[in-house]
Amino acid sequence: MSEQSAMASDMASPRRQSGSLKAYFGTAGNSAVTLICLAVFALAAKAAISWLLVNAVFTGTPEDCKVASGACWPYLADKLRYMLFGIYPFDEQWRPLTATLLFIAAMAVSGIPRLWGRALIAGWIVLLPLLFVLMAGGVFGLTSVPTSQWGGLPLSFMLTFVGLVLALPLGILLALARLSNLPAIRILAITFIELVRGVPLISILFMASVMLPLFMPEGVTIDKLLRAQVAIILFAAAYIAEIVRAGLQALPRGQTEAAQALGLHYWQYTFLVIIPQALKTVIPPLVSLFIGFFQDTTLVTIVGLLDFLNTVRTALRDPNWQGIAVLEGYLFAAVVYFVFSALMGAYSRFLEKRFRVGHD
Amino acid sequence: MSPIVLLRNRRVRELAYQVICVAAVVAVGWYLLSNALANLAKQDIATGFGYLGREAGFVISETPIAYEPSDSYARALLVGLLNTIKVALLAIVFSTVIGTLVGIARLSSNPLLSRLMLFYVEALRNVPLLLYLFLWYSVIIFTLPPVRQAITLLPGVYVSNSGLVVPAIIWNSGFWVAVAAVAIGIAAAVIWFKVVRHRRITTGKALPGWPVALALLVLPVVVAALLFDISGEVDWPILGKFRLTGGAHLKPEFVALLVGLTLSASASVAEIVRSGILAIRKGQREAAKSLGLSDGQAMRLVILPQALRVIVPPLTNVYVTTFKNSSLAIAIGYPDLVMVSNTIMNQTGQAIEPIALFMLTYLILSLATSALMNWYNGHVALRERQP
Repeated sequence: MSEQSAMASDMASPRRQSGSLKAYFGTAGNSAVTLICLAVFALAAKAAISWLLVNAVFTGTPEDCKVASGACWPYLADKLRYMLFGIYPFDEQWRPLTATLLFIAAMAVSGIPRLWGRALIAGWIVLLPLLFVLMAGGVFGLTSVPTSQWGGLPLSFMLTFVGLVLALPLGILLALARLSNLPAIRILAITFIELVRGVPLISILFMASVMLPLFMPEGVTIDKLLRAQVAIILFAAAYIAEIVRAGLQALPRGQTEAAQALGLHYWQYTFLVIIPQALKTVIPPLVSLFIGFFQDTTLVTIVGLLDFLNTVRTALRDPNWQGIAVLEGYLFAAVVYFVFSALMGAYSRFLEKRFRVGHD
Repeated sequence: MSPIVLLRNRRVRELAYQVICVAAVVAVGWYLLSNALANLAKQDIATGFGYLGREAGFVISETPIAYEPSDSYARALLVGLLNTIKVALLAIVFSTVIGTLVGIARLSSNPLLSRLMLFYVEALRNVPLLLYLFLWYSVIIFTLPPVRQAITLLPGVYVSNSGLVVPAIIWNSGFWVAVAAVAIGIAAAVIWFKVVRHRRITTGKALPGWPVALALLVLPVVVAALLFDISGEVDWPILGKFRLTGGAHLKPEFVALLVGLTLSASASVAEIVRSGILAIRKGQREAAKSLGLSDGQAMRLVILPQALRVIVPPLTNVYVTTFKNSSLAIAIGYPDLVMVSNTIMNQTGQAIEPIALFMLTYLILSLATSALMNWYNGHVALRERQP
């Protein structure tokens, strides 16, 4: 298999066409490396096949899994809906499913640079309330489902997406403030950014879940989910600010000077000239940040929200299955996270290629 | 002057913006603080750091320094901080070594090796660290055999579902003398390299670098061993019928956290090393060789200084991130600073002070690194003309 792809890549570079085996067995040392790698591949493949297929249990009861040494597929089948949607009412789970699929489709469409424009933003502005209504219900004959029952993969997507979308404007303002000529504003921005970036996300989540209720006036309680969401927004804003700042600083001074010479004032030249150019250069790192935050939202597990990782974890405590299928859930979750993150990573590399300006 | 005219003055406008911003921040802060004070008074929760001196009363499963439940909360926090530092520093050292090797292997001309390493990096970067921590912890607890049937990884290294047992060194005497001797040796070697460099720049003559440096490293240790009584012995673990005796016992929580942090950081280090090497153009090596430098000299004097310029700032970032990520310890029950603080929060009912305290600790660490990086960045960054 690797032989074929090696040949394919050889077509691009005619110099290496003579003997594609040379890359594998060119020298004695290289041959040893190849053999060791093949051995690692073989061992890994053997272990994976025997665990996933040969020794695995495909249908049966927890007792069947207990005696088998391989993977327990019935566990996944039994707990799949709980892992994906948490404690969302069982009969209503088509709603988070539809919402998630709609969301993924919308994300895929938004990934096409040719479609970027006002229409797309308008589409999202229509879609987001729709998704919220679908999840929360209470109108159009949909049963009302409180946010305390939201969970699983839709919750992870929501925490990431809403977090970053709301953090973006805040991050841009913070970046502008940090580069401002006005000392007081600059110091405030630097303080916020460095404070937030200097502490682990878990401490901000702790603050939001334990301290925030103390800071509210009497009688005001904030939803647990909303508190975590606010923490993620504030955290993400500080990181976005630094990325946007890099984009702003990479822009030649001439852009500002030219805009000023045309008579534009600060807000005009900032939002008409500077920000559009700066944002364009930082889209790839922003997508990388998105991947990072998709993974970081798993930390809400620690403050007790039922995100995807936490539903996978609590599924292990099902008395029927306790102590029987201990790794299957985590491996399933790992595959899900891997697929989404790798897709976004590939997309980020595609954008980087597309936006590359100038010489190599 | 009328207010309208005043507003046309740029200076006045700028001042007004700043005053409004600061006033808004202060007002919100004051509002939140007064709410908090009112709530605390109503719920009858104590404020201040008086709790630090009181008796902790809880057991910590891992104590690098002597600690009893009868010790104070402050001592418990210190134990937590040391646990954080212990696991993070070890992870940083291991991940730097592994990551550098993986990063170089990623650039191997052997497609099998480079693809295997690509898979290693991608598998670690695309799955959340917290998930890996749960996974490693489950692997240790549920799939490894009990102590009686512990697996021998290397001679003297046993792994079982209650963790890892490794040989330990017990110092009978002279531990600090040995540490001091090594430190003096390192300092002397560094100074020697500075002298060599200075001589090379001023006179163009090359002095022997490594041979002398090695001698300077070894000499203080030999002298210390001759002058002082330094003795210690290796405590080998012995697999008995029911349990392992001797050696150092590393708990499953610690092992899972260390493995998780190390692997995750090693993937980042690998990518940084790889991009650092790739950033140096081929022409640099060719130019160095055409000047008559040997391969080693070209690497040391031309390639590495430029690659390090690209590598060091993001590497510092990875180290800070590792420290911050070690706070995930609480998820699998390793008693780090955050977990000890959390226990204190539950016991005393005070939330603000413990959180503020551990945030401050992480902050000091990160700010110090950040300041260092900004200073370094100021030297490296390309300068543009000033306005």
